[in-house]
Amino acid sequence: MNIKSVYFDNNATTMVDPAVLEAMLPFFSERYGNPSSMHDFGGAVAADVEKARRQVADLLGAENDYEIVFTSGGTESDNYAIMGTLAFFREKRHVITTRVEHPAVLNLCKRLEREGYRITYVPVDGEGMLDVEFLKKAVDDDTAVVSVMYANNETGVIFPVEEIGAFLNERGVPFHIDGVQAAGKIPIDVKKIGCDMFGISGHKLHAPKGIGALFVKRGTRIRPLLYGGHQERGRRPGTENVPAIVGLGKAAELALRYLPQEAELARLRDRLEKGILEKFGNVSVNGSRTHRVPNTTNVGFEFIEGEAILLYLNEKGIAASSGSACSSGSLEPSHVLRAMGVPFTAAHGSIRFSLSRFSTQDEVDYVLSALPEIINRLLEISPFWDNKEKKGKPITV
Amino acid sequence: MWEYTDKVKDLYKHPQNVGTIENADAVGEVGSIVCGDALTLYLKIEDDVIKDAKFQTFGCGSAIASSSALTEMIKGKRVEDAEKITNRDIADFLGGLPEQKMHCSVLGREALDKALANWRGITLDDAHDVEGEIVCQCFGVTDALIRKVIRENHLKTVEDVTNYTKAGGACGSCIPKIEDILNDELKTSPGVAAAPAAKKPLSNIRRIQLVEETITDVIRPILQKDGGNIELVDVEGKQVMVALRGNCAHCLTSDVTLKNLVQEKLREFVEDDIEVVEAR
Ligand code: FES
Repeated sequence: MNIKSVYFDNNATTMVDPAVLEAMLPFFSERYGNPSSMHDFGGAVAADVEKARRQVADLLGAENDYEIVFTSGGTESDNYAIMGTLAFFREKRHVITTRVEHPAVLNLCKRLEREGYRITYVPVDGEGMLDVEFLKKAVDDDTAVVSVMYANNETGVIFPVEEIGAFLNERGVPFHIDGVQAAGKIPIDVKKIGCDMFGISGHKLHAPKGIGALFVKRGTRIRPLLYGGHQERGRRPGTENVPAIVGLGKAAELALRYLPQEAELARLRDRLEKGILEKFGNVSVNGSRTHRVPNTTNVGFEFIEGEAILLYLNEKGIAASSGSACSSGSLEPSHVLRAMGVPFTAAHGSIRFSLSRFSTQDEVDYVLSALPEIINRLLEISPFWDNKEKKGKPITV
Repeated sequence: MWEYTDKVKDLYKHPQNVGTIENADAVGEVGSIVCGDALTLYLKIEDDVIKDAKFQTFGCGSAIASSSALTEMIKGKRVEDAEKITNRDIADFLGGLPEQKMHCSVLGREALDKALANWRGITLDDAHDVEGEIVCQCFGVTDALIRKVIRENHLKTVEDVTNYTKAGGACGSCIPKIEDILNDELKTSPGVAAAPAAKKPLSNIRRIQLVEETITDVIRPILQKDGGNIELVDVEGKQVMVALRGNCAHCLTSDVTLKNLVQEKLREFVEDDIEVVEAR
């Protein structure tokens, strides 16, 4: 196998699709007009921005193009949705989210808590699945917004957003979805879900970094985060990042086109996962294997530590990521794995492999062939592994 | 990705002295799988000399490298000399560790303490008692360890303490206690920062010994990383004559190496007014 590098960290970021890059390039050179200008330089470019808006609306199943607001990425989309809603419903002081959200939501909620808001963090079960009944019970008259991710970035687990949407709609509670890890991986229909806001990030679906969008349903009560010009109907003023917007549009179009091939991607992922499970006795999959986006697997190797695995993988040209504490700079393993109650023995050794439509079977096989040496080497070093018996030693916690 | 030195990278890729020692004379076990770092150190000791040292580590790249460094540093040393190694020395041997990873070097130092306590016949539980009270429940860190690490590394903030011991890095409920300890240490030992200056003057023999040790354990490994080397030619009073070898010999910036590395390290580990000159 002639493979030099394998990039299996697509939940962190993706490569820009060459077609996306090509679509963007003219907007750095001859098509540099400001879409707000009255002359042709600008006017022509404005049409490209609107085309991109349509492409994103199509990906999300939005009825009206103007329901799409371009932002700088997932974090801004999440912040705009939550803070913008709270700014409108000033009298309401309760926010519901989950324990496994992305920091863009969790850290915002922590700050809101310090400002006197009441935050409910909905728990998940051992498979990473949301306790929807808990969420439903938490809703009250004071609830200003519910913010739930569609798919988890670490485990890929998909939450039942339609069920939540139906419930919240009935009660008239604004519903925001962080759809960053779902967009481009599973079909999305914001109408069917019944959400009011749905955020995506460009660089997770083969568009560049620094561009994202928030679907804001027609009539949603929300105030902008920024104040300035009339761009994006005043909801997100500031001169548009035209090249990136055009790139996001193209990426959305391509994502929609490639969606039918996601089953193929899932087969590739499953080949990797099955191979890992067969090769090693000390490994298990973190998170539900049925309700999951097709590109992600999160495996927990017992008795060894994730950063060490990552460093050894990196030596072989393989990029993955870990929920272990050491790789993240924090001292505790990932909040997602902790919320799922994954035992420490496996949480510290968790590795996330996230594939993309550019991943190949050869790459999967290369990873499978490289892993045994790495895992066995680290087990040999581990004080919790019995090298003679080839099994873990009893661990007293 | 962390910024690791080449030495750290080399040692996590090719750790030295991995494994166990049958019938070890001393075993030191620290950390736990819950904490995410654990190290077991095995020693063979004859006539007070550490004849062999091996380790097993559960941890990240810098934990593996720190454990490997420790075993290399103590092998062949007399127990009384090995005991003088601080976590800083381990980090220096590695050419430095990211601040957030300093706890890996502390883990190594702790394992050595435990192993030597074990060798002296103090059971690990007794050793645990003398180590003080648990301050951080999440990571099982005692006040004695926190105090020791504050003193040895001149720590000033809770964040430093967390980087060096992990204490306070999870739920954070021990942070007020860490603050108290920190204040207490800073108050009761105002000489902490000035401590090196207050050292007794060194005898000639001791000075030469320390210079040799520092060159072998600290300076040479750093130079070897770049294909260089160093030789000690003579010591006259506080003047140390050295010759640079290998790549360093023809290096255009060898003056800088002499002043900024060799002299600095000797000043740090031996005496703060040592002068380094190159013997050509
Ligand atoms: S008790 Fe120290 S961090 Fe939890």
